[in-house]
Amino acid sequence: MSVFAMTENPNRPPAPHLHDVACRVKSNQPVNSDYRQLILEAPAEILSCAPGQFFHLLCPVSQAQKPYLRRPMSIYGYYPEKGELHFLYKVTGTGTAAMAGLQAGDRFTVLGPLGRGFDILPSWQKLLLVARGVGLATLAPLALQARQMGRQLTAICSARSPDFLMSLDYLRELGARVIPVTDEEGSSDTASVRALIEGLIADEGVDAVYTCGSNRLLELLQDIGKAHNIPGQIALEQQMACGLGMCQCCVRGFRRSGQIVHERVCREGPVFDIQEAIGC
Amino acid sequence: MLDLTTRIGALELKNPIMPASGTFSEELAEVFDLDLLGAHVTKTITREKRNGNPTPRVCEVQGSMLNSIGIPSKGLEAFKANIIPFYQKYNAPLVVSISAGSADEFARLCTDISVPGVAAIEVNISCPNIEEDGKAFAMRPSSTEAVMRKMRAATDLPLWAKLTPNTGETTEVAKAAEAAGADALVVCNTLLAMAIDIKTRRPKLGNLMGGLSGPAFKPIALRMAYQCAKSVSIPVIGCGGISTIEDAIEYLIAGAAAVQVGTATFIEPTIMARMIEDLKRYLSAQGLNSVRQLIGTVQDGEAADGLVFMEAAP
Repeated sequence: MSVFAMTENPNRPPAPHLHDVACRVKSNQPVNSDYRQLILEAPAEILSCAPGQFFHLLCPVSQAQKPYLRRPMSIYGYYPEKGELHFLYKVTGTGTAAMAGLQAGDRFTVLGPLGRGFDILPSWQKLLLVARGVGLATLAPLALQARQMGRQLTAICSARSPDFLMSLDYLRELGARVIPVTDEEGSSDTASVRALIEGLIADEGVDAVYTCGSNRLLELLQDIGKAHNIPGQIALEQQMACGLGMCQCCVRGFRRSGQIVHERVCREGPVFDIQEAIGC
Repeated sequence: MLDLTTRIGALELKNPIMPASGTFSEELAEVFDLDLLGAHVTKTITREKRNGNPTPRVCEVQGSMLNSIGIPSKGLEAFKANIIPFYQKYNAPLVVSISAGSADEFARLCTDISVPGVAAIEVNISCPNIEEDGKAFAMRPSSTEAVMRKMRAATDLPLWAKLTPNTGETTEVAKAAEAAGADALVVCNTLLAMAIDIKTRRPKLGNLMGGLSGPAFKPIALRMAYQCAKSVSIPVIGCGGISTIEDAIEYLIAGAAAVQVGTATFIEPTIMARMIEDLKRYLSAQGLNSVRQLIGTVQDGEAADGLVFMEAAP
């Protein structure tokens, strides 16, 4: 939180509005063998979020884990009414291993919300979410907002096995039709998911698609989007240092007007037009 | 009343804390009031548009980081149209960092960036000289002197030469920059380094090698700032691994007249604002009333004269 004095300057640009806050950990529990959910007590000034935005996390340094840089992480849930900020994460490296050690009552410093989130345009009434693995965490707040805006929502959730399908009940509570697909059941391959989506388009129509977490799904949705003229958005990842747009570490290439342009995932993203995105 | 002011040649700064080039941009204004700072230093610009290096451009190493950003730039015209006007809203002096592939192009860029709103030019001569063997200008005294002379003739603005640690001729390069008309030295840029993922056996940076910055690098940069301050009479601005006010004070005692804070801002975006408060507390606690009472006060004794200029492991 900015607690520093302001100088006298009549021409000064708009006042600082981003906050770096040491939040109290409410809970940090496993949701299955791979994923954990972190719930923070957060002040109102960091809970004016948009679905798709992220926070830059200062992971604690311990004897076992010594992360140096912050870690960007998309928001799994933000609830101004109960003052909570949620993250869903898988322990994959030093930063997330350090997070896994957080106990209720610990302080955890987060900067944000950062970046540009998802759009739900007025003409986008029938929404399709297609998420793989932890990509679902990024799309969960979008489902809540779609519900609040009264949009029709279908979610195709893809994972290795049924055990790793998370938030299905949460999505159903939001009124979404949920279609789980898994590698184990042989329903998550590109051909099957393509047939599923083509069926949805033929039966009831899809106005916009959203995705996160899989190159394969990105390419599939680009293909279907082109064939049926359906717009869409994707939340992308890239290694970051500052998270604010200063360091130029997190650029990715995008197809735009017949050329490749480079944009910062932290600033111009992390949400981008699905047709402009290039997988990695 | 505490006096935090410091002088870098013709420029008086209201305090000695400023950002290091490449770790600062307009976006930081969303986090704290940038007019708290002693100066603003932009990311290096080039005349032409550049995309920079392939990703990954960053990786962490124990307690520090490596980067290989590769000077992406929107070009001179976009900089003049968009970036200078942004900083003109502030009172803090604007220092523009520039880079080019040849001495003549450096000089032309100096002329073209000498416009209202720019208080000084930081010349990033740690970049490769593409007309010679690709080694950075500031690796050698001769190429340092040649490029600085051409730039000195091309602008009346203060020129701050940003030196590289990738040299065995620290004091010779510093003296060459001074002789060619530099108004100050920024000591220093990042140290060429590498990290490899032992699972994939791939270098962790897309550009294979990159610059080390952060706390692990501080003792090296501090040593160079000390050597430079001992060997030139123009001001030295310390830069490298500063993440606490104690680090900054160490540089001031070593002889730096001001400091640049870089990588630490990535870890704690408000750190420069906090360091200014911490500096006031430190001075009060020490019974000092001016930053200038710290500068160059290192107690290095008689032996220093013979040792300072050596560059061999003791």
